[in-house]
Amino acid sequence: MTTFEAILLTIVTASTPLLIAALGELVTERSGVLNLGVEGMMIMGAACSFAAAVTFDSTLIGVLAGIVAGVAMAALFALAVLGFAANQVGSGLALTIFGLGLSGLIGAPFVGARRDPIAPLDIPVLSDLPIIGRLFFEQDLFVYGSIALTVLIALYLGRSRSGLTLRAIGENHGSAHGLGLPVLRVRFLAILFGGACAGLAGAYLSLVYTRFWAPGMTSGRGWIALALVVFAAWRPAWVLVGAYIFGAATVLQLHAQAAQFGVPAQALSAIPYLATIIALLLLSLRHGRAIGAPGSLGVPFVPDR
Amino acid sequence: MRFELTPRTSVSPVARALAPVAAFVTAFLIAGFVIWLMGRSPVAAFDVYVLQPLSDPWSLQELLVKATPLALIAIGLSYCFRANLWNIGAEGQYVMGAIFGGWLALKTHGTDAGAWVLPLMLILGILGGALYGLIPAFLKTRFGVNEILTSLMLVYVAQLTLDYLARGPWRDPKGFNFPQSVTFDPAATLPSIVEASRVNYGTVFAVIAVVVTAVVLGRTLFGYRLKLTGDAPRAARFAGFSSKATTMAVFAISGGLAGLAGISEVSGQIGQLQPSISPGYGFTAITVAFLGRLNPFGIMIAALVLALTFIGGESAQILLKLPLDLTQAFQGILLLCVLSADAMVSNRIRLVTRGGGK
Repeated sequence: MTTFEAILLTIVTASTPLLIAALGELVTERSGVLNLGVEGMMIMGAACSFAAAVTFDSTLIGVLAGIVAGVAMAALFALAVLGFAANQVGSGLALTIFGLGLSGLIGAPFVGARRDPIAPLDIPVLSDLPIIGRLFFEQDLFVYGSIALTVLIALYLGRSRSGLTLRAIGENHGSAHGLGLPVLRVRFLAILFGGACAGLAGAYLSLVYTRFWAPGMTSGRGWIALALVVFAAWRPAWVLVGAYIFGAATVLQLHAQAAQFGVPAQALSAIPYLATIIALLLLSLRHGRAIGAPGSLGVPFVPDR
Repeated sequence: MRFELTPRTSVSPVARALAPVAAFVTAFLIAGFVIWLMGRSPVAAFDVYVLQPLSDPWSLQELLVKATPLALIAIGLSYCFRANLWNIGAEGQYVMGAIFGGWLALKTHGTDAGAWVLPLMLILGILGGALYGLIPAFLKTRFGVNEILTSLMLVYVAQLTLDYLARGPWRDPKGFNFPQSVTFDPAATLPSIVEASRVNYGTVFAVIAVVVTAVVLGRTLFGYRLKLTGDAPRAARFAGFSSKATTMAVFAISGGLAGLAGISEVSGQIGQLQPSISPGYGFTAITVAFLGRLNPFGIMIAALVLALTFIGGESAQILLKLPLDLTQAFQGILLLCVLSADAMVSNRIRLVTRGGGK
């Protein structure tokens, strides 16, 4: 395997958690709820999945635990913003602070433990093709799953009746409520879906990407996933593109550090964060105000009567 | 089963004042439950977290030390939050203040520079924080970029910058390769209020900030303008208040105060630049601002309350072997409770079981 191939493979692994988390947040935001707790749900997914996988020596149980952790965190957020109509920005932030702390508690006994890599799916014949063979046909299940998820969400939002309902609620919850649509129920489910995705993304980070647990290991990936949704103008296909661009930036930055160009390592580490700001800026330059944002995004729903 | 919300027509001031207290008690009960789940005694934890620091003179002094940066930053953030602008990058502005001010301390190190060094350092600190805070504000007003994400991303950039400086060009050449700068000269050190105490003039700055803010918010046109911009942006526009000018102003104020907190901490408590200069003050200050109901005097009390969680967390780590992360988890759940309690004050909530309601 050439270095070039290796780089392409690592880009895929670096992009997949961003993609999964951003897709979940996209669905949540399309229903009109802004959940800034992605980072917190993601790191809880990473901690719980790793703890469960080591305890039961099973990657499957680990992944399920990660999803459950993400959903549980999302449910807490939903209770605050839907049940009590609390401020969404603040509550999301609180969820992130809470998740970063709690994950440290859960992960503490597992610092230093390691998991074996999970076997990739090897599609016979095709995976032997030069260059593209390993890239396209010998990835792990999560990678294929994340791409399938992109397609499914695009179809769900664009082609299904239930997806239309969700978008209508996100666009104008007052009118949707007037039409008798179940605003809070749809939003509740959308928030839980976002949590499940963030938890899964966290599980991927600790079980596949690093294969160990370290406190604060998401290091801003949840925030980058949030930026990706804006960058993609709330469209699933563009989330896919954006996730891979950011995955590439992260990986190239790591390779540049290893190659020692004489540029300080810290400057290279700052690239993903600066890239996020620049991406958001370029998007605004092209379109003016944030285009494609759901009309009711971030507004608490309290029905008039 | 579901919740049903209806806006309250009138809100009692007593309920509004008691909401943060209720939130605090709820957060404490949740934390106690978590500690019980971890197989420890919640009563012992309460003793170490709250009662011991409050009954020990050394801890009381430490309480002021930790509350100072929290109050300074949170006061600044209250300007932003009142105008419904989300500066969540105070941690970065704090670090940038320390870098700007610290630069002068290192430049004048070993020279006979006089008494002008410290005041200029403080001004540079304010400037550094304010300029750094103005980046997301400028991107928002000029290009419409969301300030939440940009201000947060800049935290990582500021921390990496400090890390680079402390390990690289600004490292003490005689420091046995420790990643830290030289110790600041006495002329670049923020003095203690009382001889040999750890409480320094940063605390005085915090109290001044509280009083000035109370006057600005309650007695000036600018304060009214903030309130109007936050509560009724359309009305603010009709009144001729420029939302862009307001945005720039509040980000400069909050960045400047965070920068002042940063340089005060570095020149007072730490005495040198090192890769990490904050246990997360910039993020905790968000909780402080909301727990204090965005009111300057409320923030002063809330800063003391959250300083207690830092001190209690440190002693719990030593005495009970409870990890420091518990403090952060508690701060998160506290913020969630505070925001929920706030919302509950303005909305009536009924639990409707299936078949009930309409």
